[in-house]
Amino acid sequence: MELTLAIAIGVLSASGVYLLLRPRTFQVIIGLSLVSYAVNLFILSMGRLRMDAAPILSGADADITNYADPVPQALVLTAIVIGFAMTALFLVVLLAARGLSGSDHVDGKGD
Amino acid sequence: MAAPGEKIRGAAWVTAVVAAILSLLSLALFPSIANGEVLISRIEWVPQLGLNLTLRLDGLAWLFAVLITCIGFLVVLYARYYMSPKDPIARFHALLLAFMGAMLGLVMSGNIIQLAIFWELTSLVSFLLIGYWYHRGDARDGARMALIITGTGGLALFVSMLVIGHIVGSYELDDVLASGSKIVESPLYPVALILFLLGAFTKSAQFPFQFWLPNAMTAPTPVSAYLHSATMVKAGVFILTRFWPVMHDHQLWFWIVTYTGLATLIFGAYTALFQRDLKGLLAYSTISHLGLITTLLGMGTPLAAVAAIFHIANHATFKASLFMAVGIIDHETGTRDVRKLSGLRKYLPFTATLAIIASAAMAGVPLLNGFLSKEMFFTETAEFDPNVFVNLSLPIGATLAGMLSVAYSIKFVHGVFFGPPPTELEKVPHEPPALMRRPIEILVLICLAVGIIPGITIAPYLAAAVHSVLGADTPYYSLSVWHGFNLPLIMSIIAMVGGAVIYVPYYRKLRDIDGVPLTRGLMGQRVFERILVTATNRWARHLVGAFGTQRLQPQIFVVIFLALAAGIAAGWARMGNLPLPQSFDPVLGLVWLLGGISALAAAQQAKFHRLASMILMGGAGLATCLTFAWFSAPDLALTQLLAEIATTVLILLGLRWLPKRSPVPESTPMAARLRRYRDVALAGLVGLGTALASYAIMTRSAPEGISDFFLANAYKEGGGTNVVNVMLVDFRGFDTMGEITVLGVVALTVFGLLRRFRPASDSAERPEQQRVLDDYAPGSSENVADDFLRIPALIMNWLFPVVVVVAIYMLMRGHDLPGGGFIAGIIMSLAFILQYLAGGTRWVEERLRILPLLWIGWGLLLALLTGIGAMVLGAPFLTSAFAYADIPLIGKVPMATALIFDLGVFALVVGATVLMLIALAHQSIRRPKVAGSNKPKQRAGTDKWN
Repeated sequence: MELTLAIAIGVLSASGVYLLLRPRTFQVIIGLSLVSYAVNLFILSMGRLRMDAAPILSGADADITNYADPVPQALVLTAIVIGFAMTALFLVVLLAARGLSGSDHVDGKGD
Repeated sequence: MAAPGEKIRGAAWVTAVVAAILSLLSLALFPSIANGEVLISRIEWVPQLGLNLTLRLDGLAWLFAVLITCIGFLVVLYARYYMSPKDPIARFHALLLAFMGAMLGLVMSGNIIQLAIFWELTSLVSFLLIGYWYHRGDARDGARMALIITGTGGLALFVSMLVIGHIVGSYELDDVLASGSKIVESPLYPVALILFLLGAFTKSAQFPFQFWLPNAMTAPTPVSAYLHSATMVKAGVFILTRFWPVMHDHQLWFWIVTYTGLATLIFGAYTALFQRDLKGLLAYSTISHLGLITTLLGMGTPLAAVAAIFHIANHATFKASLFMAVGIIDHETGTRDVRKLSGLRKYLPFTATLAIIASAAMAGVPLLNGFLSKEMFFTETAEFDPNVFVNLSLPIGATLAGMLSVAYSIKFVHGVFFGPPPTELEKVPHEPPALMRRPIEILVLICLAVGIIPGITIAPYLAAAVHSVLGADTPYYSLSVWHGFNLPLIMSIIAMVGGAVIYVPYYRKLRDIDGVPLTRGLMGQRVFERILVTATNRWARHLVGAFGTQRLQPQIFVVIFLALAAGIAAGWARMGNLPLPQSFDPVLGLVWLLGGISALAAAQQAKFHRLASMILMGGAGLATCLTFAWFSAPDLALTQLLAEIATTVLILLGLRWLPKRSPVPESTPMAARLRRYRDVALAGLVGLGTALASYAIMTRSAPEGISDFFLANAYKEGGGTNVVNVMLVDFRGFDTMGEITVLGVVALTVFGLLRRFRPASDSAERPEQQRVLDDYAPGSSENVADDFLRIPALIMNWLFPVVVVVAIYMLMRGHDLPGGGFIAGIIMSLAFILQYLAGGTRWVEERLRILPLLWIGWGLLLALLTGIGAMVLGAPFLTSAFAYADIPLIGKVPMATALIFDLGVFALVVGATVLMLIALAHQSIRRPKVAGSNKPKQRAGTDKWN
């Protein structure tokens, strides 16, 4: 189980990093998204993996040992939303750069 | 909008009133400190680290506070007439007030770290004021030079404060002053002293750092009068005086401080004699007088310290009035060049009288305040010292400097006010408004009063200041004007006569001479400029050439490579033995088999098949989403799924503007292929590294974290059972507040960028698909949704209220069950997007008014108000209150103020998401202006979006 997730994180970050190093802006955007999946899963895994743990408290006197770790979850939740905003911003920067330079190369020149 | 004149008066009034109140407050505090009491007010910040805001007022601080506020007030009055209505007057007054605050903070600091910070603040404001007329190159250069010199000195001072604090074991000034000989005896004393003196000498323009001060004269004259003669440059000698009791008792102090001061004293007086610019003359004179004070402080005797403090006050009064007089001359004649000026006594009789008295004080003529402190200086230099060199150099140097200062004072008075009427002036000078002269009159009156009847004017104030520095060691000193016919008086007479002897035979030469003879080669300024050019230009260019690149890919490569190296360096040793996998879940394995293949394929396809790549990326996203659900994180799974949808729509909208790219059959060049292999290797290593790191962490037991606190208190304190949501809106509400602000900023940035969007020429045409449709039946591309998606479109239309209800439901239940503002917000925005998909942009906007900017604004405001509401009720920002309300039919509903906060989050997320998507979508229906073409934009229909 841990191994599966570790490999998943590895594959996601490897494909993401490869794309970050590519010359086309669209590749970089896809790369960023893949890297953010990897990072979000990585943060979640910091709380250790727990299947079937209750995420919702049963009341005031709940036994807190049987719950999923909420801290990484709270961190990741906002990270997902911010990640979306970041993708949007980069996409628009990409489009504007392409309009200005006529090229979709990350350096804005050549083809 | 007020007329410019009224605005000037308004700004001047505000400053004048503030300065007047401050002066009165400082003056009123005198009875409290007169008998040696120290007033302290302390606001604790990080008491564990000794960092507090401590204001401490004793006699010395009081003397400075009075100088700062009273002269500040006079300068404001003066500036009211001096500044032209064309100058940005509000900025001037704002900076003047800022300076007054910084300087007061400096002299009243009871904490030495705080002192260093206010010190830097005065340098910063001084920079802004010197560069006030920033359209002038010389003003910019002067400002930059002053900032670099005094700022570097300030840094040295800061370090020395840290060292002193380390020696003493406390950063409180009281503790430092009470530490006795601890500092002097410490092995760190030389380090602390050198750094300390670097700070003091740069600020007080001591040799060899003096050159910034004449260049700072590009500031408006009120600024020169205030900052660069009366107050800021005194900060250096202030701090020498402040630390004098605990630092002076050492040979190093004596030799460095005394002789730096003496060199500055003579150099300044000598150079002043050859200045053509009146402000330059006064600037060098200021340098020389600061040297005098420094010399006194260096000597280390209590009487010399008394003389130093006395001279600080005296110099401030006569020099400020002289600067103001020069300002009047400049104002009335249009020049400050001593060669063009002469005989002004007839045109400006009052100003001339005032300036002559002030110059006499500067030269040390009896019955004026300058004479008293100068006599004390001469007395101290004439004291017997066993060292022959000291015994001779001090009195001779002092007398020589005295002669020179008499000579330049005569040059100032004679050159400007006497002689034939001026011939080279552009206008006929006449007296300025009486109110402009008033500040000078007040200052000159003080010079006279202190000079004639010191015992009943300055004595009690000086006594308080002296006592606060010297304490029990305060010596007996006499302020009387006549001390009998003694050595100091002889020195004074020699100085007077000698000054006249220097000036009279050579006055024509002195007037026309260009540059300073003998010391012309001694150009600290030239050295400074050469260093500046070398360091910031030549070296910088070499460094950029060696390490810089304009290309993004190498930069990213280096960043990732370094991150990988750092990760390996940090993690290698701690990796330990990795345990073998304990369990394997075939379903999760299958999910990630697909997810992993999707990710790899997305990477491979991103260059030529963007749509395919995007879909594959979605596959990896779905696998991520399932994993969240798998490991007990339902909120994350929901958010991920929704964000995935929004991202997909977004990228789909953007794809249309990217260039067509098809695989080129010809072979890739060798270099490109090698680069690709290199990148694959790096990416593989990064993947391996992250996989190993996460595996290593996941297979260890978790450390004691803060999670238990949240689990234990979410219900009790936050009133919700969904711990993640309670954290977001309550425990960590401030973070969320920051995050939604970022989201709003990003959305507005996207909107702003798209308003000026110009597509590349090859994308400007309508897409091929639309053209084909229009060729078949004109206008049919406008109704694609209706033609091709009629039934899905109908369902989407009908779904609108359902989706809205789901969004509200998610929002309401968020505190107790998976949901919350973020999730509900994206759902709500998707409801809008669905309508756009179903009906087309125009159709939707004819029927629905969506104002995302308002959603963003109200969302942020609501979140902020909730937080402030808690503060109004006395709880910390964003504290939540909660209760359960029983609503008929619906049942028990949790009502927490956190829900209002979450409502703000919701509104902002809706606004931001909708704004980004719609602004992008609108690019397709406008007839865009192509980049580079200047044809006027044809607006297509509805467009507030572009």
